[in-house]
Amino acid sequence: MSEKLMKVQRIEHGTVIDHILPGMAFDVLRVLGIPSDKTMSILLNSHSKKGGKKDILKIEDVELTAEEANRVALVSPHATINFIHGGEVVRKFNAEAPRVVRGILTCSNPNCISNQNEPVESEFTRGPDEGHRYVCTYCERDIVDLAKRIRW
Amino acid sequence: MKHVITVHDFSVAEILEVLDRAESMVEIARGRAVSDQLKGKILGCIFYEPSTRTRLSFETAMQRLGGSVIGFAGPEATSVVKGETLADTIRMVSGYADAIVLRHPREGAARLATQFSDKPVLNAGDGAGQHPTQTLLDLFTIRTETGSLQGLNISMVGDLRYGRTVHSLAIALAKLGNTINLVSPEGLEMPGEVVSYLEEAGKFGLACQSPEEIIGDTDILYVTRIQKERFPDQVEYEKVAGLYRVDADLVSRGREDMIIMHPLPRVNEIAPEVDDLPQARYFIQAFNGVPVRMALLSMLLGGS
Repeated sequence: MSEKLMKVQRIEHGTVIDHILPGMAFDVLRVLGIPSDKTMSILLNSHSKKGGKKDILKIEDVELTAEEANRVALVSPHATINFIHGGEVVRKFNAEAPRVVRGILTCSNPNCISNQNEPVESEFTRGPDEGHRYVCTYCERDIVDLAKRIRW
Repeated sequence: MKHVITVHDFSVAEILEVLDRAESMVEIARGRAVSDQLKGKILGCIFYEPSTRTRLSFETAMQRLGGSVIGFAGPEATSVVKGETLADTIRMVSGYADAIVLRHPREGAARLATQFSDKPVLNAGDGAGQHPTQTLLDLFTIRTETGSLQGLNISMVGDLRYGRTVHSLAIALAKLGNTINLVSPEGLEMPGEVVSYLEEAGKFGLACQSPEEIIGDTDILYVTRIQKERFPDQVEYEKVAGLYRVDADLVSRGREDMIIMHPLPRVNEIAPEVDDLPQARYFIQAFNGVPVRMALLSMLLGGS
C-alpha cells in the first residue's frame, strides 16, 4: 500500500467532500449533521493540486441528498461533492449555496423572535448579490460568519 | 395585500393606493361622516409593549368604520405571563377576531404571527424592526401637507440608528424620488445598509452632525427622539440632546414653507414654542394615523 493511499484511504460506498477550505472540515460535519457513530476520515490541511491547502472529508455508507450536500457551501463555498458506489465516483458536483436555509443556522440577532421559545424553525434567504449574504426571514437582518451560526 | 408586515412589501402603486384610500377616509376619521363598512367585524389589538398613538388610532380607526375591538394593552393580565408562546396567542386570537394588530418587543414577531393566523396581521412595531403603518402615515402627511410626494429635500434629525421609524421611511421616500439628508450625533448614525440603499438610488443628500447645516435647504425636517438610555452617562446625553433641540430660532433660519414632523412621543427635542408655528405638523401627523389605519383595515377586511 502506497503512502498516498495510507493518507487518504478510498471508500467503497459513501460521500467524499473535497476542496473544503483548510480548517473547516469540522464545520462541514456540523452543518451536515452527520451522526457521530458513522465511520469518517478527516484530512486537515492537505496539499491541494491547485495550490494551497484544503480539507477532505470521507463519510462511509452515507449518501447525502444533493440538498444536504449543498449545505456544505454555507461554510466552504468551493467544496466538491463526490458520491461513491463500489469504490467509483458515480456523481461529482460543486456544492452550491442554497437559496433558502431552514433550521440549520441561528440568527445572530439575540432579539430575533426565531431565537425565542417559539415553535418555528429559523429561516434565511440568500441575498441577491454574489457573496454569501443570508437574510433572516423574521427580523430581516443579515447574518455573517455562517460557521458560527450553525445550530448543531 | 394579505398582511401588513413591512413597508418594503409594498410597491409604489400599492403605497399610493393606501394613501388615496386614506384620503377618502379623512371626513369619517374626523367624525364628520359616518361609516359602517366594517360593521360586525372584530379587530384583535395585541400589544405586548406600551403604545399611545398606535393602539388608540387603530382602535379609533376600527370603531369609526363600525367595527369593534378586543385585545390587551400589556401582557401582565394574560396567559403570556404563564409562558404562553406568541404562536399560541396568535392562533387563539385569530379564532376570535377578523384581523390582528400586533406590537411585540422582538424583531420578526409579526412575520412569525402570519404563520399562525388565518386572518390578516398588521405589524404595529416589532422591537427595533419595522413599523409600516407609521411609515405610511408619514408618507400620507407629507403628501397632504406639501401636496407632493417626490422631489422633496427631507432632513432626518436625531437618533437615526435605533429609531425604528426612520429606516423604512428613508427607503420608501427614496423609492418615491426624494432626497434624504441625515443629521445625527456620532454613534447614532443611520445604519450602513440604509445609507448604501440611498446612495445606490442616487437619493443621498448629505450627512452632518448639526441641523443648522441643512435647515436652509430643507422641505421637511423629520425629527426623532434621542433616547437617554443610549448614552453611558447623563452629561453626554444632555450635551448631545441640546445640539439637536429644534426651537423657534432654528426654525426661523429655515424656509417658510418647510414643515416639521416627529413620530412622537417627543421629550425635549422640539421646544413647545414651535408647536404654534405654522411649520409644526406633528399633531396633524399623529391624527393621520387614523385615516391611514382605516384605509388598511378597510382594504384587508373588504370594506368599500
